[in-house]
Amino acid sequence: MYKRKLLASPFMVMILIGTIIPLCAIGYYGLTDELGGFTFENLLAIFEPDHLKALELSLILAAVSTIICFLIAYPLGLILRDSKLGEKGFIIFIFIIPMWMNFLLRTMAWQTMLERNGLFNSLMDFMGIPFVEIMNTPYAVVLGMVYDFLPFMVLPIYNVLSKMDKSVIEAAYDLGASKLKVLSKVILPLSVPGIVSGVTMVFVPSLTTFVISNMLGGGKINLIGNIIEQEFTVTNNWNLGAGLSLVMMIFIVISMAFIAKFDKNGEGGLL
Amino acid sequence: MKKIISFVLIAIMALSFSSCGRASEYIGELHVYCFGDYFDPELMYKFEDETGIMVVLDSFDTNEEMYPVIKNGTADYDLICCSEYMISQLIAEDLIQKVNKENIPNLKYIDEKNLKMLESIDEGNQYAVPHTWGTYGILYNTDHIKKGEITSWKDLWNEKYSNQIIMLDSLRDAMMIPLKILGCSENTLSEEEVSKATDLLISQKPLVYKYANDATRDLMIGDAADIAVITSGEVLYVQDCNDHMNYVIPKEGTEVWSDCWAITKSTKNKEYAEKFINFMLRPENALANFEYLTYAIPNTGMYSMMDKEYLNNEVLFPSDETLERCETLVTLDADTRKMYSRYWKKFKAI
Repeated sequence: MYKRKLLASPFMVMILIGTIIPLCAIGYYGLTDELGGFTFENLLAIFEPDHLKALELSLILAAVSTIICFLIAYPLGLILRDSKLGEKGFIIFIFIIPMWMNFLLRTMAWQTMLERNGLFNSLMDFMGIPFVEIMNTPYAVVLGMVYDFLPFMVLPIYNVLSKMDKSVIEAAYDLGASKLKVLSKVILPLSVPGIVSGVTMVFVPSLTTFVISNMLGGGKINLIGNIIEQEFTVTNNWNLGAGLSLVMMIFIVISMAFIAKFDKNGEGGLL
Repeated sequence: MKKIISFVLIAIMALSFSSCGRASEYIGELHVYCFGDYFDPELMYKFEDETGIMVVLDSFDTNEEMYPVIKNGTADYDLICCSEYMISQLIAEDLIQKVNKENIPNLKYIDEKNLKMLESIDEGNQYAVPHTWGTYGILYNTDHIKKGEITSWKDLWNEKYSNQIIMLDSLRDAMMIPLKILGCSENTLSEEEVSKATDLLISQKPLVYKYANDATRDLMIGDAADIAVITSGEVLYVQDCNDHMNYVIPKEGTEVWSDCWAITKSTKNKEYAEKFINFMLRPENALANFEYLTYAIPNTGMYSMMDKEYLNNEVLFPSDETLERCETLVTLDADTRKMYSRYWKKFKAI
């Protein structure tokens, strides 16, 4: 028994250094002012109009990206499930390959592609189609989010769909259900755990990102992540930055609890 | 088991001996904290060979990133290189110390003009030793815009250039532009003036293609935009890749900046730091830095060694008449800094 506890100790140390101590530091900075006195001001600062506006934009962009990711990933999962075994592994492999590359580099690649004289517009020009000026707009940011986080949606959905018991679906057909009915009444409800973890894994990083909006938004798209980053790097107000991060954490916990409600089996999700 | 243990022990001993051997080659260490890639790396090895002092170099991207590291003393740095307004803040908070001018004979090479510029942040030039300097101005592509068409900061508000402008993305430097248009000082303490400047920045936002700092150079080379606010040091590099680029210092005047060496208060190796500064000021080393960086270096010893073509280049060495219209950034008190950030955030949020 004693030995087993000993075996767990590296993980305890890891959790302590990697999670508990940083969390306490954020909590300390977030709940104090510059002189070290206790205050809730940094948390309540989220209600300032500038912050609310950034939060609203972050929520909209994150929600749009999550929906687009879902609309791409779910049909893909269905197709892969029904296709013959041989290709399956290969297609999933293709989806995972980009994840082997640093995501900053991938976002940077989009930057050069979408720039005014970038690859994309040169191609358009060559084919005689007018320039598409989406660089430095919210569209470019959503594109970046979808591209970067799509694998996180595809994998859990594919996983849950491929493991689904075929006999349940056959039984539904035997009982006279139409294809649409089978999809909406059987397959979709059974795949909820995968959807839930996919949605959280796309929604949460999209909500807090600042790198994608910095690189593809040209400094014009101000998300809540950018505001927090600026508090640390530009204005040097660690207390406000930490306070706003705390609010974001609370926000994410609430939204995850909300999403998890749909996941009755409790198989997916992070809560 | 015993064998393994003895093997490990021997290995440890061997390693520690070898590391001892290495350390004994050097007489000491100098910890330098500097903007990334801000001097010719060859010089570092040359300095080590010459003096036997090992240089440990760390780098940062922005002054604001460096400040908490020095303030909280999380690392022991002996020598730093940062912008002049940060120097004045570090002086005010007693985080850097005066240099001993006797130990740096090469100080005699520094251009009087540049020392005078630094008087506003460092009276008597006791703390800061200038490394590089330059101005902010407008760079434009003469393939798309007629040469001489741009003369004023106000041109950045001309709707003709909508979606063709790259603006600065750093608080004080970006605020400087509307403040100059309004005829105010870039170091103004007046909230009313900052508020008016912010309104101008907000009204410019729809015309701006991108807000960027370091990326500007490559965007201009890649022809992503026609006009950019850029520092003079990057101009030679851009012109090297594309001849049709013209740099102009707007008639309202601009910000002139200097990045300087300074010795931290907490250093235990002050002589080493002074040796390093002295080494960097040696004319041939200054020239090596200039060739590596293409940033102007205020070293009179270097002037006689460099190409006349560069020396007469108004981009690198603006005329005294132009410099009359320029101003150096000075650090602001904490309350004013907060006021500036509040308005900057307001501008960013829209």
